[in-house]
Amino acid sequence: MTMNAIAPVIGPYRTAFGPDGNPPAHITARGLCKEFQGEVIYDNFNLDIPRGKFVSIFGPNGCGKSTLINMISGLVPVGKGDILFGGKTLADTRIGYVFQNYREALFPWMSAFENIHYALKLRNVADAEARERVKALVARLGVKLDLSRYPYELSGGQQQLVSIMRALIVEPEVLFLDEPFSALDYEMTLFMRDQLQRIFEETGTTTVLVSHDLEEAVYLADYVLLLSRRPGRIADFPMVPLPRPRNDETLSRPDFVDLKRHCLEIFQREVRRP
Amino acid sequence: MRSEQFDKLLPGIGVLGLILLWYIGYWTRIVDPVLLPSPDAAFIALWKGMSGGRLLHDFFQTVIRTFAAIAVASVVAIPLGIVLGANEKLYRSVEFVVDFFRSTPASALFPLFLVIFGVGDATKIYVASFGAALVILFNVAYGVMNARKTRILAARVMGASRWQVMKDVILMESLPQTFVGLRNGVSLALVIVVVAEMFIGSVDGLGHRVFEAQQLFNMPDMYAAIFAAGALGYGLNIMFLLIEKSFVHWSGK
Ligand SMILES: Nc1ncnc2c1ncn2[C@@H]1O[C@H](COP(=O)(O)OP(=O)(O)OP(=O)(O)O)[C@@H](O)[C@H]1O
Ligand SMILES: [Mg+2]
Repeated sequence: MTMNAIAPVIGPYRTAFGPDGNPPAHITARGLCKEFQGEVIYDNFNLDIPRGKFVSIFGPNGCGKSTLINMISGLVPVGKGDILFGGKTLADTRIGYVFQNYREALFPWMSAFENIHYALKLRNVADAEARERVKALVARLGVKLDLSRYPYELSGGQQQLVSIMRALIVEPEVLFLDEPFSALDYEMTLFMRDQLQRIFEETGTTTVLVSHDLEEAVYLADYVLLLSRRPGRIADFPMVPLPRPRNDETLSRPDFVDLKRHCLEIFQREVRRP
Repeated sequence: MRSEQFDKLLPGIGVLGLILLWYIGYWTRIVDPVLLPSPDAAFIALWKGMSGGRLLHDFFQTVIRTFAAIAVASVVAIPLGIVLGANEKLYRSVEFVVDFFRSTPASALFPLFLVIFGVGDATKIYVASFGAALVILFNVAYGVMNARKTRILAARVMGASRWQVMKDVILMESLPQTFVGLRNGVSLALVIVVVAEMFIGSVDGLGHRVFEAQQLFNMPDMYAAIFAAGALGYGLNIMFLLIEKSFVHWSGK
């Protein structure tokens, strides 16, 4: 059933729903266990995240969505289990991570430019080259932003855009975003969704987004990972076979609406499960 | 527009009011004129003293001692505060001692320091450093301990080593709190220095000036020295606020 030859599969799991594409995996998590103060969050959890695809994670409050991506990105230690990135360990993998709380994630003592530049400095990229790369990224994303400003002088959306650029500048193999837009107002959220979509289409980076907004989760994703309540299991992992770029019309397409309804049913089944 | 200009003048009203009250007190002789000279007598004494008189010399002695004290305190307390803040268990184990001596009036320790260091300048500087150091230590340690978790994680996920996290994130995060400590420390150091200057063996400094003027019943001189001390305290506070603003521009944002 798995297409991954690197790590053995423990326990049953599925990667795709619907038109079974079985895409090649990039991240493989096997036998993950995690508890917080005796509370079991994951018990023998297995997951494959496909390469070069956009995966949205959706599930009940407190089910362990953040914990999952934090374990994968090394921010939280795993209790037990193995996580590999195309067979490599985390230490050999460049990742980018965008936090929900941009106010507390950017460094206010550095200008926006320096914030982005710092990620390259940590990777020992020479200063001149690093500056060129920041400029190139800005040009490529078509960002209209005064990068000489300090984070606190920027709007919430602009700050989060800087966070995303800081994550992207190292050309990560995987980009993680934990509810990146939930602190923004609605207009900004819509704008940022499309920025993120554009960035994904532009870079083709394996992207994992945690979202509490089902419409957003489906709209952006190639696959939607629906998690159960604790202890976490994959409730479903449907493919989103909608063409890109997606836009306002996507939202009213019957197949989009159907898929969203399907996800909502799974979600409600999980929430109501005793 | 006119009301804005008026608002800027508001702080002056209190000053004028105080001077007016003083004149009233002086003219009506409610207060013994020996204890309360006229405001002009006090300000003339201040002007004369500060434009090359003895008061200026005393003023600078106090400034030098206060700065020396804050320098000694910073050199000791900032690195120690960082180490303690970075090792929470270590901090918890000395927290009670720090809090206890932070709450002990440093002036109560002065006789002890006199016995140890003698009656020279060193005693005044060290006892003021002692008081200021505990305030700075406490603030630096808390600044380090309360560094935003998310920023530390952000640096770690970008591949920062423990040392880089310490130097680039935690230290910067602790700066606003460190400046709060420095500002409080310098106020405290000034208080202790002035008190110490009133003790036996002192030959100069604002504390000595106030004390001596009082002993000689030279009230205009005494008020002049008090105002000089007030101006010094106020000036030091403004100075540290300005330094803080330019160093930690992000503080409170
Ligand atoms: N550091 C921690 N210490 C103790 N418990 C924790 C910790 N982090 C998370 N938890 C608990 O683990 C569970 C999963 O948390 P997690 O943040 O992963 O959930 P989530 O799905 O991201 O929730 P949300 O929808 O609120 O973002 C929650 O019950 C939470 O209270
Ligand atoms: Mg979460």
